Amino acid sequence: MTKLDSKIPEGPIADKWTNYKNHIKLVNPANKRSIDVIVVGTGLAGGSASATLAELGYNVKAFCYQDSPRRAHSIAAQGGINAAKNYQGDGDSTYRLFYDTVKGGDYRSREANVYRLAEVSANIIDQCVAQGVPFARDYGGLLDNRSFGGVQVSRTFYAKGQTGQQLLLGCYSAMSRQIGKGKIKMYNRHEMLDIVIVNGKARGIIARNLVTGEIERHSAHAVVIASGGYGNVFFLSTNAMGSNVSAGWKVHKKGAFFANPCYTQIHPTCIPVHGDQQSKLTLMSESLRNDGRIWVPKKKEDAEAIRAGKLKPTQIAEEDRDYYLERRYPSFGNLVPRDVASRAAKERCDAGFGVGTNESGEAVYLDFSSAIMRYGREQVNIQNIHNASEDKVRELGEKVVENKYGNLFQMYEKITADNPYKTPMKIYPAVHYTMGGVWVDYNLMTTIPGCYAIGEANFSDHGANRLGASALMQGLADGYFVLPYTIGDYLADDIRTGKIPTDSPEFDEAEKAVQDRIDFFMNNKGTKSVDHFHKRLGKVMWNKVGMARNEKGLKEAIDEIKQIREEFWKDVKVPGSAEGINQELEKAGRVADFLELGELFARDALLREESCGGHYREEHSTEDGEAMRDDANFTYVSAWEYKGEPSDAVVHKEPLVYENIELKTRSYK
Amino acid sequence: MSWVKNTFSSSIGRKFAMALSALFLMFFLLQHFAINITSVFSAEVFNDLSHFMGTNPVVQFALQPILIIAVVYHFVMGFVLEAKNKGAREVKYAMNKGQANSTWFSRNMIYSGLVVLAFLALHFYDFWIPEISTKYIDGDMSGLMANGDFRYYEEMVEKFHDPLRTGFYVLAFVLLAMHLLHGFQSAFQSIGARHPKYTPGIKKLGNIFAIAIPAGFIFIALFHHLTSH
Amino acid sequence: MSAHKGLNLTLKVWRQQSQKEKGQMETYQVSDISPDSSFLEMMDILNEQLIEEGKEPVAFDHDCREGICGMCSMYINGEAHGPGRGITTCQLHMREFNNGDTIYIEPWRAKAFPVIKDLMVDRSAFDRIMAAGGFVSVNTSGNTQDANAIPIEKHKADQAFDAATCIGCGACVASCKNASAMLFVSAKVSQFALLPQGQVEAKERVQNMVKVMDEEGFGNCSNTGACEVECPKGISLDNIARMNREYLSASIKGE
Repeated sequence: MTKLDSKIPEGPIADKWTNYKNHIKLVNPANKRSIDVIVVGTGLAGGSASATLAELGYNVKAFCYQDSPRRAHSIAAQGGINAAKNYQGDGDSTYRLFYDTVKGGDYRSREANVYRLAEVSANIIDQCVAQGVPFARDYGGLLDNRSFGGVQVSRTFYAKGQTGQQLLLGCYSAMSRQIGKGKIKMYNRHEMLDIVIVNGKARGIIARNLVTGEIERHSAHAVVIASGGYGNVFFLSTNAMGSNVSAGWKVHKKGAFFANPCYTQIHPTCIPVHGDQQSKLTLMSESLRNDGRIWVPKKKEDAEAIRAGKLKPTQIAEEDRDYYLERRYPSFGNLVPRDVASRAAKERCDAGFGVGTNESGEAVYLDFSSAIMRYGREQVNIQNIHNASEDKVRELGEKVVENKYGNLFQMYEKITADNPYKTPMKIYPAVHYTMGGVWVDYNLMTTIPGCYAIGEANFSDHGANRLGASALMQGLADGYFVLPYTIGDYLADDIRTGKIPTDSPEFDEAEKAVQDRIDFFMNNKGTKSVDHFHKRLGKVMWNKVGMARNEKGLKEAIDEIKQIREEFWKDVKVPGSAEGINQELEKAGRVADFLELGELFARDALLREESCGGHYREEHSTEDGEAMRDDANFTYVSAWEYKGEPSDAVVHKEPLVYENIELKTRSYK
Repeated sequence: MSWVKNTFSSSIGRKFAMALSALFLMFFLLQHFAINITSVFSAEVFNDLSHFMGTNPVVQFALQPILIIAVVYHFVMGFVLEAKNKGAREVKYAMNKGQANSTWFSRNMIYSGLVVLAFLALHFYDFWIPEISTKYIDGDMSGLMANGDFRYYEEMVEKFHDPLRTGFYVLAFVLLAMHLLHGFQSAFQSIGARHPKYTPGIKKLGNIFAIAIPAGFIFIALFHHLTSH
Repeated sequence: MSAHKGLNLTLKVWRQQSQKEKGQMETYQVSDISPDSSFLEMMDILNEQLIEEGKEPVAFDHDCREGICGMCSMYINGEAHGPGRGITTCQLHMREFNNGDTIYIEPWRAKAFPVIKDLMVDRSAFDRIMAAGGFVSVNTSGNTQDANAIPIEKHKADQAFDAATCIGCGACVASCKNASAMLFVSAKVSQFALLPQGQVEAKERVQNMVKVMDEEGFGNCSNTGACEVECPKGISLDNIARMNREYLSASIKGE
């Protein structure tokens, strides 16, 4: 247990970061030119880190598996980015953002990291505006804000429903500038397949050129993992198809601890699964819950009739609808945090009230008809229309809703062929974000010296549940403002090291292991495709390690995943050749890692005998189904050390100390 | 002046020059039409205007060279750009649905342009070369026939006797109309003149111009073909 | 919800082993495709089928599958991202097709976008254009002025946003009869030209970006407007006109 040193600086929380920055070692500009840094992943975290490190003078090598850094999945974030600017004068402050984030994370995050995040958040907005990111503005020309679930202030900056896209393109622009100058060497369509450790320090990676199939050695004085989350362990998720855990998992296998793998965010408003041929789930922004009311039928027979296609939702009378969030959580209603909303939907569907067309009936309604009529009546007053007909009110209301959510409604209609202005949307929770990740200290360094993890790939800031619009904030904070400082403290000792040679035995060995695994896949005479195993893994994860977990299910899951993994290695079939593009080979490597992570994930969930945030254990809940935390025994980070098989992994506990916030039960009633 | 060279060898600079020459040619076309249409009403007015244009030093030695440069540039650059554009897609699509996203006129400017070029060759052969030869080689600047009348009207009417030539003339103007249906508004776009308030008007004006002017020329041709014996 | 009546389709797919080798169209049959499936899910099914038959699956680019990353890039039945407007291939659903249809599936075709395998093309030319000037030269020190120090007219900010929604998929190049990249480049030039932050280096930006665009071998714009129609994000031709203005004024006024 003594292996974990979080390196939190001394002093009052508000001064820690400033004091720390004032006392760390610096690398002078001339020396930076002789230091190389590898960054794996080019999303908000990796992109911003690459750009900033290059600006500072380091030689950056950036890697992404996509054909351009601009395609990283940060681009898909819709809603917005939080920052404690207090432009609205509604009482926001660094402390409040810090407090909301810790509370939203169900008191399972590290205070000092979260405070620093809140502290640098305001800078992010300044930076992005200076880069030309077109945030939404009001008629006075100043920046506009909106509010998000789980908080009481308006601190979310946004660019319509494409905030992630605009921020990522800002990063990509900053990167492009450095690529043009030659300070970043960009490796598109490259996948990191292992990290190379020399004398106990991270000194390079082995990567596969996905176009030529060549295995390449790349050396550096430090390696930064910014490869995002591992939600695709569930097969179906809102993550991009290529999102994977491999970079994080490789460093884990070489000595980096993996923290809180079981903390997964299930987003309540996604388009439900339509069938077995589905490859991917689509998120509908959380902002829809501002105006949409969530319900299922009160009577089981109505739900059955809907599922059978005999009844339409609009035919169900108001008194026969169960607005279960409003019923259970009168004070927050439809705007309860994501984990609460997701579990409530599952509870209703499990009880037989679901309205989905798939086998398990998994869907609930998100209904805008009240909002449409409310806005319509408002417009009637504004426009001074007397004796407006019901249809007129509805028409005016639909216009208002269209202005607010038009693009989302359109997206929904394209996917489902249902018109959400006329009939309620069907939604169901889906895997969206993983709070767990590679364990890092205050410097964002993993337990491998010289190996850093930033953004969603690390575990540090969101505890057991992430608040809306905080992922973008963390990615950019890590990349623009935190890592560039903390990495200097480490690299200051490397100014005389010189170029790291790639012909060392350590590189030989790492490359050989990578090559062997590829050869195995290519030569394995299996019968089943990679997706076959991935789908099976996903089903186990979703059913037994998903929104609600219990001891029996978790134990079964551990056995089943092990079983699938064994079958995978025996029977997987990878067609084609390893020379040149082979997407099946790429997937095989990723799924092999998911099959190991999945088991550790389930073990972590089994270990955590409490319910907190996204982790919900049925054994640890109140009678009316609310989560029960166990602060006395579980106020810690579980950090897993790799020892061979996932079943051999050893847990280390980093106690979480709360000096500035009092632990309370989260209540949204 | 390397900036001039750089600008006009860039893609945007070339399109700009294409647009400028096009705008000049369209202005010329309008002016040509204004003179020709008088022939329908009065041979005398037509003759007077023709003589003025044919002998006025500003028209002959300032505007005419510009016109020739514009015509030559527009055609040569049209070919150069077409070749470059064809080269930008070496392998063609097995299945391409151009009509789904653009007009036939806009995609086939090279063909409508080629027909207009063929017409111009004929036109030069019919009118411009004899004119130049009479005026500057024979040195006869009088514009008079043996009987003392101006020769312009007669010369023109005579050309429309031939039904084949008239037919080709009509066809060429139909293709010119197609060329203009895209070209008029395209020229404005190329010079960057686009505005939500004015662009719809420009497009409308372009359509009127593109149809009315060639239709007018066709009318003149048919008029003389049918009325002269 | 539509009743599940599976579609049987004939697919004509471009197969090409690598950039160096020649390719050809191949014909495949798929059956019982759910109309609720997306086009890429249909491609997944084809690939599963090919793997089962011991053949190599069709390589195609895709990632987010929600219409924002710009990775997917198929020319379907003669149109970039297939029939339908304002969508990428991953947002195209099989209900747009009828039972018994033949579907042509080809890669983007442009000299500047060489095919690297089957339906995958190399779009790094776009990255190189971006590196030539698609940025505001401000360091990420965090010591810039306050975000609200310069008010920006809402109308302008909205226009800049509209231009900035480009996903860099290359449908404009694929659709243009000249394989011109003007819509892509103009969207980035416009975004920055409309904002005060970007105006400082607007002249150098447009000149440098256009220079690289020309060098990469894209064709010339002839204003057919096909790009605007096929653009999944509806980027407007206004941007091309604005870039023309910016470029010409930079050429005349620049030093």
